[in-house]
Amino acid sequence: MEKITSTDRLGQLMQRRSGNVLSIYYTAGYPSLQDTISIAQTLEKSGADLIEIGMPYSDPVADGPTIQTSNQQALENGMTVEILLEQLESLHGHLQIPVILMGYVNPILQYGVEAFCAACRQRGVDGLIIPDLPVQEYLDRYQSIFTRYDLHNIYLITPQTSDERIRWIDRHSTSFIYAVSDASITGAKSGISDQQIKYFKRLQSLKLEHPYLIGFGISDQQTFATACQYAKGAIIGSAFIRVLSQAKELSTDIGNFVHSVKGVQP
Amino acid sequence: MSFPVDNRGYYGSFGGAFIPEMLYPNIEELRTRYLEIIEGEVFQKKFRKLLKDYVGRPSPLFLAERLSALYRCKIYLKREDLNHTGAHKVNNTIGQILVARELGKEKIIAETGAGQHGVATATVCALMGMKCIVYMGEVDMARQRPNVERMKLLGAEVRPACSGSRTLKDATNEALRHWINHPVDTHYIIGSVVGPHPYPDMVTRFQSVISEEIVAQLEEQEGRRLPDYVIACVGGGSNAAGAFYHFNEHKEVRLVAVEASGQGLSSGHSAATTALGRPGVLHGSMTILMQTKDGQVVEPYSISAGLDYPGIGPLHAHLFDSGRAVFLSATDQQALDAGIRLSKLEGIIPALESAHALAALEQLDFNRKDVVVVNLSGRGDKDLETYIEKGDY
Repeated sequence: MEKITSTDRLGQLMQRRSGNVLSIYYTAGYPSLQDTISIAQTLEKSGADLIEIGMPYSDPVADGPTIQTSNQQALENGMTVEILLEQLESLHGHLQIPVILMGYVNPILQYGVEAFCAACRQRGVDGLIIPDLPVQEYLDRYQSIFTRYDLHNIYLITPQTSDERIRWIDRHSTSFIYAVSDASITGAKSGISDQQIKYFKRLQSLKLEHPYLIGFGISDQQTFATACQYAKGAIIGSAFIRVLSQAKELSTDIGNFVHSVKGVQP
Repeated sequence: MSFPVDNRGYYGSFGGAFIPEMLYPNIEELRTRYLEIIEGEVFQKKFRKLLKDYVGRPSPLFLAERLSALYRCKIYLKREDLNHTGAHKVNNTIGQILVARELGKEKIIAETGAGQHGVATATVCALMGMKCIVYMGEVDMARQRPNVERMKLLGAEVRPACSGSRTLKDATNEALRHWINHPVDTHYIIGSVVGPHPYPDMVTRFQSVISEEIVAQLEEQEGRRLPDYVIACVGGGSNAAGAFYHFNEHKEVRLVAVEASGQGLSSGHSAATTALGRPGVLHGSMTILMQTKDGQVVEPYSISAGLDYPGIGPLHAHLFDSGRAVFLSATDQQALDAGIRLSKLEGIIPALESAHALAALEQLDFNRKDVVVVNLSGRGDKDLETYIEKGDY
């Protein structure tokens, strides 16, 4: 399953010894339509290791109110797959850190999976997270296309996922696994409970072939640091969207937030 | 099986289970167990007994003579409107709550648009003493106040869906989100033949009692088991799935599905999914749905809240795609007129959903000897205000 390309930025990042990979999610076209690129650049400059750009969707069932609102706002701002791909074109070559697109399956199907993958490849996108595309469906229908365009597909696991299924998902992964920290939608809870620590320890004990990043419930330095004790890194989504929604000056506020999560002085 | 579905939940190229990993254990549990549960003898006995003694089945098949004279054929009405709670919805909620108990679930969630499925779910939860939460779009709660109160009276908690367009599709999203957050002790009773596999098949099986009865009743009254036409309205499509079920493999029976074209197909205010939609994924299944070029789900419109859904069940997408069923549509006005017509001719005030099926009688050319069954899926009490406000009678 493993694929090696000359510029597998995601693969290289996941091999980094120190761990502490900070991945930040935000919604394309939010708070304003043209913010997509500047946010990516500010995130890189501030020290984010990986960015996940959300493609807004009218019916994001796996997301909580914060990300739903940002999706709706982005759509009202006029964001479309087409426009996002245009924006990414100007980003291509200007960003060192890997870029993942995260979106629901229907807009991708309407664009055409092959055309979409080709467009992603052209714009230097490293991988995709499609929460409502089940692993088996992906393997049966789309894996060959993704592989052709050197795109990683990142799968989710949850505390309810059985060990056996986690191992199966691990076998089919090519970069990292997205470990949802709790049975929840995004942004539902904050803080990390003992039960979640138990789940993280279970993941550690499985000695998986691929690293995993912990997402959902990661919002600040403390939760990020805790997650990093058990995983290669962690993903922040809703907490960052809240920063964007309240930001007075985007680049300053983004910088401050990333620095605070990493516990470094600006 | 009359709507053959493969083991991954596909009807032709439609169906499947496009769900986030968070829902995988719930759906997998249901997928691996539903058939063994509902085909079990004990289950069937309980299910049948409740349908008989609680719902009041079999529902009559009534020869509507004055309507027949008008359309110059023989029209029978399948009286799902006479069921307890006033529509076919309860056939499914009885079945699913029995499944939920078999699975050891303690709580029930449901989505509702007009409130009919919500009421049918709250009803069976009261009957079984189970906690019930119904998600309903904020907009729908305002326009269907009596049903909100009915659900509360039955002991259910009604939670407003405040996301998106705040109607049925958003209530469905909220119910799915609730299920993601409560994966272990909760069963989600979906109200139509939509959603990820195995829901479309499971709901279809529970509703198939409709056509099962039609076959027996036609034999008794007409000396033949098969009608020439079966006509049903389609929102998500559960009453149509039930009415078509035992006739699907008999190609000589013409299946007619009637969608709501709202203010007109090209008005921008419509819910005629097959006329206006394209294949895509909605609420966990590959189906036909109304969407923008960019793949965003479009908010539909119909005077009838039960047909106000941007998709259709995957089995209907397949019936449409394969040409097995004819898909027609009726406007708000045509449905209102048809509802009033039935009221005056037969003394039956139909639900506005069912009135769409009746409106199709105007669009079909019958032979004198044709036997036509219209599935009268619900009664019009809930729509009285709309009839008063918009009807010309």
